[in-house]
This record gives sequence, C-alpha cells and structure tokens, in this order.
Amino acid sequence: MNLVIRNGHLVDPANGINGINDIYISDSKIVAIVSASDKSAPDKFSIDDDIDASGQYVFPGLIDLCARLREPGEEHKATIESETRAAVSAGITRMVCPPDTFPIIDTPAMVHMIQNRADDIGYAKVHPLGALTVNLQGQRLTDMAMLMDAGCVGVSNALETVENTLVMRRAMQYASTYDLPIFLTPKDKWLQGNGVVHEGELSTRLGLPAIPEAAETVGVARDLALIETSGVRAHFDLISCRRSVIMIAEAQRRGLPVTAGVAIHHLLCSENDIGAFDTQYKVMPPLRTAQDKAGLISAVAEGRIAAICSDHQPHGVDAKLAPFSEAAIGIAGIDTLLPLTLSLVTQGNLSMGTAIAALTINPAKIIGINAGHLAVGATADLCLFDARKKWRLDDRTMQSKGRNSPFIGKHIIGKVTHTIISGKTVFDDPAQ
Amino acid sequence: MIPSDSSIQFDENGNLKHFLTINGLPRETLINILDSAESFITFGKREIKKVPLLRGKTLVNLFFEPSTRTLTTFEIAGKRLSADVINLSASRMSTSKGETILDTVRTLEAMHTDLFVVRDTASGAAHLIASHLPDHVRVINAGDGRHAHPTQAMLDMFTIRQSKQEFSNLTVAIIGDVLHSRVARSQIHALNILGVKAVRVIGPKTLIPTEIESMGVTTTSDMVDGLDDVDVVIMLRIQRERMDGQLIPSEQEYFNRYGLTEDKLKFAKEDAIVMHPGPINRGLEIASNVADGSRSVILNQVTNGIAVRMAIMAKIMGARESTMNEKQS
Repeated sequence: MNLVIRNGHLVDPANGINGINDIYISDSKIVAIVSASDKSAPDKFSIDDDIDASGQYVFPGLIDLCARLREPGEEHKATIESETRAAVSAGITRMVCPPDTFPIIDTPAMVHMIQNRADDIGYAKVHPLGALTVNLQGQRLTDMAMLMDAGCVGVSNALETVENTLVMRRAMQYASTYDLPIFLTPKDKWLQGNGVVHEGELSTRLGLPAIPEAAETVGVARDLALIETSGVRAHFDLISCRRSVIMIAEAQRRGLPVTAGVAIHHLLCSENDIGAFDTQYKVMPPLRTAQDKAGLISAVAEGRIAAICSDHQPHGVDAKLAPFSEAAIGIAGIDTLLPLTLSLVTQGNLSMGTAIAALTINPAKIIGINAGHLAVGATADLCLFDARKKWRLDDRTMQSKGRNSPFIGKHIIGKVTHTIISGKTVFDDPAQ
Repeated sequence: MIPSDSSIQFDENGNLKHFLTINGLPRETLINILDSAESFITFGKREIKKVPLLRGKTLVNLFFEPSTRTLTTFEIAGKRLSADVINLSASRMSTSKGETILDTVRTLEAMHTDLFVVRDTASGAAHLIASHLPDHVRVINAGDGRHAHPTQAMLDMFTIRQSKQEFSNLTVAIIGDVLHSRVARSQIHALNILGVKAVRVIGPKTLIPTEIESMGVTTTSDMVDGLDDVDVVIMLRIQRERMDGQLIPSEQEYFNRYGLTEDKLKFAKEDAIVMHPGPINRGLEIASNVADGSRSVILNQVTNGIAVRMAIMAKIMGARESTMNEKQS
C-alpha cells in the first residue's frame, strides 16, 4: 500500500522541517519527503492512494502523556474503544494512561489486557503507566521490571501520594535500576486536605476549601531532593504553579534528569474562570492564578516545560451537576487538545515548532519511544489539520464519550481532517 | 477582577429574582429591603399577624443542614405572608449514593413549589439549584457552606440601623472564625455596599482566609487595636468541631485572646453594640455578662430576622407594599 500526501505544510520540529512537502508512505513507513520545489517522486513508487493536503498542516501524530480511558472499571463513562477512536479524530495517535483504573495497573496481566484491547481496536496506541506501588497505596513496590517488560513506558502513583519518603526514595532507586521513567504529580496530602480550588481571592470569596500553592511546591521540593539521591528519570506531568517550574528549571540546570509537563487547560484557564461555581473548571491540580497561567505559558515557550497533555478525564453529564466541592474532577480534553494548543500559537505565545514539539517529539522522548517525528524511515503516524476550519464543541457531537468540558459551546479554530497510523488512514473526517 | 457570583440573581430586566448573595446587589436594593422590613416589624406586634402577600404560594424550606433559628424564622416569615409552608430537613447523601440535590429539588418543583429556601453544607448549592429550576421558581439562600448567608447579613444590617441610623460613619469589627463563616462573608459585602467607614476582621491567622482584604476589609490579630473606636462588634461562632488543636490551640487560649469580655469591650466606643449570629458559645467567644448585657442586641437580631425575611420573600416574589396596602384596606 503506497500513499502520498501532497502539498501539506509539514511541521516536524524533530527534524527542523517547517514547509510545504509531499510525503511518500509505503506500508507503515515514510519513504520520502519531497519539498514543493522538487517535484520528483521516489523511484519505483506506484501510488495507491493520494491525499491532497493543500492549505493544511501535516503534523506527526500527537502523543498525549495523560489520558484516562476509564477501562477497565468505569466503562459507563468511557471505553478504550470510545476514547482511542476519539483520539484519532483529534490527531492523537498515542496515549499514555495512568495506572488508576479499576483494577489498578500493577500487574503485567493488566498491561497486556489494555494494550491488546487497544491493538485489537486499531485506533490510537495505548501506552500504560504501571503503578509505582501496589494498589497505589504507597507501601510496597510493584514488580516494575516485569511491568516494563510487559510494555509500561513508566511508573506512576497517579494522583495518590506516596507519603512515606523512604518508600518513595526506594521506588525511585528501583525504577532507576531499569532506567524506567517515573511520572510524578507532586502534592503534599496534608496541605491539599479536602481543597477543591486554589487558595486565593476566589477561594476566599466563594468560601470553597482551598489548596495552597505550597501543596504543590512542597511536593516538588521533596521529590526533587529524592530524585537527586536516586538518579531516576522523572517527569512532573501536571504542573500548575509558576514556582514549581522555577524549582524544576533549577534542577534541570544542575543536570538532574527531570522534565515537566502541563495540561492544556492550565495554559488557557485560571481560577477566575470558575466564576460562580462553574464545575466544568474543577480540575486537579486546581487552576491557579492568572500569573501562574502566564508563567506556565512562558515556561513552555522557553522549553522548561517540555510536554502539553490533555489530562483527559471523561465523565457523563451528571458528574458535574453537583455543588462544586462534590462535583467530579477533570475535563474531557482529547477533542480539543490540538486546536487549543495551537490557539497559543495564533495568539503569539508559542511558536508553531514549540507547540508541535510539546505534543509530539518531546513526549516521545520522555517515555523513550521512537515516535513523534516524520523522518524518512519513521513510522507513518501523522495527522492533517485544517487551521481555517471553525467549529463549536458540542456535547452531543463530542468524539469522547465524556461530556465534561468548559469549552462546550465555545468556538474552536482548526480541526483534524485525517489521521494516519502506521500508514493506514484511521480517521478521515466525513465532513471533508 | 473576579467575575461576580451575583448575576444569576437578576432577571433580564434587572429585577431581583433570587436572593443568593449580597455581593453585587445595588445599595438601593439593600435599603429598599431594610425599609420594607421596617413596615413588617410592626406586624409582629399586632393581634392578627398575617398579610396575604403570598397567599396561594407554596414555600419549601429545604434544609440539608441542621438549623433551629433560621428555619423557624423562615417558617414564621412565610406563614405571616400567608404562604403554604413546608419544612424539609433532610440529611443529604453524598453524590454517588441516593438522590442528588438536584433530583430532590426537581421532585419538589414538580409539586409546584413557588419558592425554595435552601440551606446546604456545600458552598454554591443555592446557585446550583437556582440555575436548574424553571424561570418562575425563586430561590433564597439560607446559608451555603462557607460562601454566603445573605438573609442573616440583612437582618444584621437592619439591627445595626435600628441602633445607629447612618452607616457612613461606622467602624465595624468582625471577630473570630472568618475562614469558615458564610455570615462574615455576607456581612462584609453588605457593610461595604452600605458604605460604612471601615470593616475590620480580627482573629488568629489560622482563622482569617488569604486575600480577605480584597473584599474590602483590614485585618488584625490584636483585639485592642481592632476594637479601638469601633461602633459595632460582631462576634462569630466558633464551632466546637474546629477545636481540634490545629486552628485554635485550646478554648482557654482562644477566650483569652479573642473572647469578648467587659474588659475588652472597653476598647470599643462607649455606645458600641454587640452582635452575634447565634447560637452562642458562652465562655468561648463571648462572656455571658456581655452576651446578656445592655449593649448586646443579640435577641433583637432574632426578632428582626422574621421581618427582614418577610421583606426579602415579598421582594423576590414581586409582591409590593402597594398590593399589601390595598388588601389591608
């Protein structure tokens, strides 16, 4: 099967490509990238299929480092099938799922089960994170080497804290033995308490239980100190405070193997958006101040935050219909990850290269896989994006089974029209 | 700039249709409610205490949190306005189990309730309910979590005006557990809208929420400084369940620093009044002789609660005093 994608504006930060190119794909691999000026097709390339990408962008398939699929355990909210299908409709070709499914991903059998399900379905690939501790209880280490052999790209304790510092240190030492990256969502459990919003003017006015900035920075400080003694590769996946970035950047300067990521909503929203108890903006870590938001955006622009993820957490419509402190946490974010990230490019906050790198090559490097770029010889995982297309996120037509997003009803600019995984078209927008 | 939690209270013509928070209400609205309550206060002293303003209307007092005085005064207020009053005190199951708060409200709405008076442990509960009911149904917030207790604040303003007439020269001190107090938040909004000279908040830092100054107050942890030249002293209730040794070391220590005694009251103005939203913890936040003393207006607050709640109910139900006078004559 030979496919050519013509005249698309290819953006591949890993290879420094940013211009109009024809892409030749044979079976699952890219065999040639030919610039617009040089119209020569590669030798012996008989074309089976031809996509005209004039006026569209071509990006490497996106890699979402934090997406909850709800399967197993909460299939009433979403399934591997519904969410991997939604992912490809949004240009996401690989998803990393945290281990807090039911049951927890702490055995090789669970890893196999999830990966086999995703492979059978054939949409986005799923890379599970294994649990760092058994049942995420923060007490006993999991069989990390076996989890890695089964296909885990990292280990994580999801949103549960490992309170015991010695257990955390040993977990890091053990993971580093196998050069297995550890994903951290740092927080101090005691400072976090039963808080639901950032501690500041909004929490005071609305009388909502608050989470101080220190709940995150204390966690970052502790984990950085432990990373330093263990040498583990660590990824802080959901940073919400500007000060956390400063601490992580300082560690990076000293050569610690740490990276940082951020959820797209932390780059677009702040605590003020909660307004009058709008539960669609209830996320964890909480939305912080406008200054934090600005600081996180600059950190992405300057490369101190390497990855942008959706922190996808699909829920049914009822989950948010409760008083703020009782409403479910999270945003179903895969539908909008790419256009919302690119809105930061349109606004002049990020360069196109930086934005796409944060969704492709950087996440690939963090989990140590050969993906997220489109060089000759690479697997043909890519998406076509029409940046002119205006649409409205509608809870009846969202691709995710989730119905929770503060962007429902809002105009979104730009839409994926095709997604190709291993040379095979897995999404072709019927509206095209 | 924090977006207001107030806009949902108004209809498209800018009339007040719910009473959920004092924040964002115009000064005239507050004055209008106080004036209207003035006319209702005489009713309580009459032989026949009822007016037919809400005749044929159904009022449901939906209390998901225990209450004695607030529930009782709402019930009396509704009955004096001739509404059919139903009291429902329910303990609410957490979200996933049992009926959700919205299901409960919709069920009652299906029985043609005209006005809900809602109290809940969660901040924003009254907003949630108001935003999911049909247009003609009204909601009064009788306390939501730590967020707001607007009718309490209005009866407090009424009580202050009874003693002090003008708001503009007043310095008011609010003392105690502001962090957990919906009463304090509503009082701060009301006092600032009515244009008092200064609002001070006094307490240890564990009980004063961050950035409270953004609501238009100054803070201090010293009773001597804080009470200096004060016209109105508002004590807040310390809930015994907060006494776990983390927010306040002990009852003795708290009473020693912040308990209102005759000695401490001397730092306030000679004619300063003492208020408390109740129920009182004697010997914890206030000494008995102060609570029962000549400067205490704590029982007036309770009495005024009925008239003020009548005024608020009448206002949001669109019942005007002119209608009242017609029916009287």
